[in-house]
Amino acid sequence: MNSSSGKGSMSAASSSAAWKAGDVVPDQFPAGLRVLVVDDDPTCLMILEKMLRTCLYEVTKCNRAETALSLLRENKNGFDIVISDVHMPDMDGFKLLEHIGLEMDLPVIMMSADDGKHVVMKGVTHGACDYLIKPVRIEALKNIWQHVVRKRKNEWKDFEQSGSVEEGDRQPKQSEEADYSSSANEGNWKSSKKRKDDDDEAEERDDTSTLKKPRVVWSVELHQQFVAAVNQLGIDKAVPKKILELMNVPGLTRENVASHLQKYRLYLRRLSGVSQHQSNLNNSFMSPQEATFGPLSPLNGLDLQTLAATGQLPAQSLATFQAAGLGRSTAKSGIAMPLVDQRNIFSFENPKLRFGEGQQQHMNNNKQLNLLHGIPTTMEPKQLASLHHSAQSIGNINMQVTSHGVQGSQNNSLLIQMAQPQPRGQILNDSTGSHAPRLPSTLGQPILSNGIAANVSTRNGIPENIRGPGYNPVSQTSSLLNFPMNHTSELPGNSFPLGTTPGISSLTSKGAFQEDINSDVKGSGGFMPSYDIFNDLNQHKPQNWELQNVGMTFDASQHSNSLQGNLDLAQSILVQQGFSSGQMNGQNRSAAVVSKAMFSAGDCTEQGNAQNVNHHLNNLLVDNTIRIKSERVADAGPANLFPDHFGQEDLMSALLKQQDGIAPAENEFDFDGYSMDNIPV
Amino acid sequence: MGRNRLQHQVACMRRSLFDQGFLDEQFIQLEELQDDASPNFVQEIVTLFYTDSARLIQNIEQALNNGPIDFSKLDDYMHQFKGSSSSIGAKKVTDECKVFREYCSAENAQGCIRTFQQVKQEYAILRRKLEVYFQMVRQADVAHTP
Repeated sequence: MNSSSGKGSMSAASSSAAWKAGDVVPDQFPAGLRVLVVDDDPTCLMILEKMLRTCLYEVTKCNRAETALSLLRENKNGFDIVISDVHMPDMDGFKLLEHIGLEMDLPVIMMSADDGKHVVMKGVTHGACDYLIKPVRIEALKNIWQHVVRKRKNEWKDFEQSGSVEEGDRQPKQSEEADYSSSANEGNWKSSKKRKDDDDEAEERDDTSTLKKPRVVWSVELHQQFVAAVNQLGIDKAVPKKILELMNVPGLTRENVASHLQKYRLYLRRLSGVSQHQSNLNNSFMSPQEATFGPLSPLNGLDLQTLAATGQLPAQSLATFQAAGLGRSTAKSGIAMPLVDQRNIFSFENPKLRFGEGQQQHMNNNKQLNLLHGIPTTMEPKQLASLHHSAQSIGNINMQVTSHGVQGSQNNSLLIQMAQPQPRGQILNDSTGSHAPRLPSTLGQPILSNGIAANVSTRNGIPENIRGPGYNPVSQTSSLLNFPMNHTSELPGNSFPLGTTPGISSLTSKGAFQEDINSDVKGSGGFMPSYDIFNDLNQHKPQNWELQNVGMTFDASQHSNSLQGNLDLAQSILVQQGFSSGQMNGQNRSAAVVSKAMFSAGDCTEQGNAQNVNHHLNNLLVDNTIRIKSERVADAGPANLFPDHFGQEDLMSALLKQQDGIAPAENEFDFDGYSMDNIPV
Repeated sequence: MGRNRLQHQVACMRRSLFDQGFLDEQFIQLEELQDDASPNFVQEIVTLFYTDSARLIQNIEQALNNGPIDFSKLDDYMHQFKGSSSSIGAKKVTDECKVFREYCSAENAQGCIRTFQQVKQEYAILRRKLEVYFQMVRQADVAHTP
């Protein structure tokens, strides 16, 4: 995905994602899975072949490791999975495993009659995705397809994440997509990171069966070497060329290192941002961001954080809110993202950036939304949804908040970006967690945090804010939500990521709706409506939401392009949050989250109010939710959910008002047909 | 003999092979794999096993009888052999392999030699029994009903 505006990549991502989301799996899957089985024992080999054929897989057998390797090299994309014996005369099974991992990045299952713990452990450490004890039963083989799907999914996620993240980082450079943020994967360098930094690869992702290009697989050892080199050089001074030299790994290119470095940086940022508490990585990233969030505090009152914390609000939503709230003021650090620290990193960082920049991209929004759309499908539903939503919402939020309208586009971009990369749940979580404060500006970001966020930022052309470490937007969403809520990390970081996406999307959509409402919301704490949405979201099965919302949100956004009202932002945020929440947890937590968010604005604490809010939100949410579902990939264009005019104060007051009396909010918001009863408070 | 009767005999023999511990669950896995596409799958696999394992038996024999024993190599061979025998469900044979490997890791030459004799014996007994069994199966297949 390289789209310069971010769209491009998103689309690419989308398509891949689409494939990935699971709906892609061919109908007959796992039948037709292409398995390469390697065993020097002819009896075992024949039995395995027969078993695999019985499972309807396409089997190729070979009795020597060397043969297997050449087969694999000749047909890079000819196989989906490899099963290999540990004990072979010409080459140790583990060596083969390493080779395959490095060169082809295929899932490998080890087999042996030896069931000793240390051997099994060796398999694990060498990266085998499973270990079977001989004699192998057919039942054990029936499920091997899960490893293929899992790997693809992870890679996809990485892809998106890095994609988005990078975008974020890069800021206007979208072309880089290739790098998928391994870091996004919570440091799961190994598996997913395999993705090469090629954009092409990303594009190829659509092809589920295999990426065409060989990717460098960042094994544990390799990554350790990489980290050692980076540490030696100093994270700031670590340039790919030097790292490459230090690592001295034959066959490794500067590009490999560069993309890996990008991911790693994002990862570090995420860690540092997210956990202020725990961060092992000290990243400077966070600090700057935090500062910016400060002003947001007023919004924080919103309690987005709380919402986020509860996990009700999808991280994204929070982000959205926060962004909305913060957006205006770029409060940045003020918000204490209660959400998972980790998540917040992402969201927060970007949000801030986003707001300002977001604006330019109006159009991006649309595109971006689309992108998200694409993503949801492929991404694991939750993740995608979260991302998308987040991205969307955030995008929207940001947009609104900062640019007064321009934002919309930005947000969308953000969202999209976020959506694109597989929103790692984690990212969201992380973002949400710590960045709550960031919300305001980051609202857009949070969404992005999910992974897309990073991209989003870039897409929109929003400056780094979003990017922050690049994680932000998406992940942040969660965090964003948190922000408002002064509660500390109420939002379950985790929930957001996944949920966020959807949520965010929702929010975005909401934003759209919000338009009308926004104006109203202003007074009433626009956010409230969102909460309803959240509630609503919660109601919906989170999982569905995730995908759906993602799409939806965008839609909403699009519709709401006209959202100019300040409230929009808030609402959008809320909505998004709500949605996100819903998605994320799939529980009613969203409602709670929403409530909290709402309260934060004012008192942030009353759950009771939240209920009211939720109620409102429900209506909003409901409506949005519905919309979202149907629209799915609506063109998230309008990130303008968040009215840029909303100043924090506005939002805060709106929220506060909401708290005090939902009614006002309700009245004000003229949500289209939202029914507020769903918010489970 | 009528088909039914033959089939009954086949069933009895099969049952006794399991009851006496010559075969285990893995053999059933093989039977389940047998289908129209490979109607003689089990027999083919068993034949393959015996052909291939003959080579291994020879290697072990040599390793035991020629000069100083290389236990790790011996263990290697036996590991392979055990993998094979367990794949077809040859229970008694596999059990003896396990004993052998224990002696091997203890570097007990005598224990290894003794156990290997057991391995060969079980291996031979099973081979004969399965030959009879498959013969009966073939007869039952072609017999006229009843």
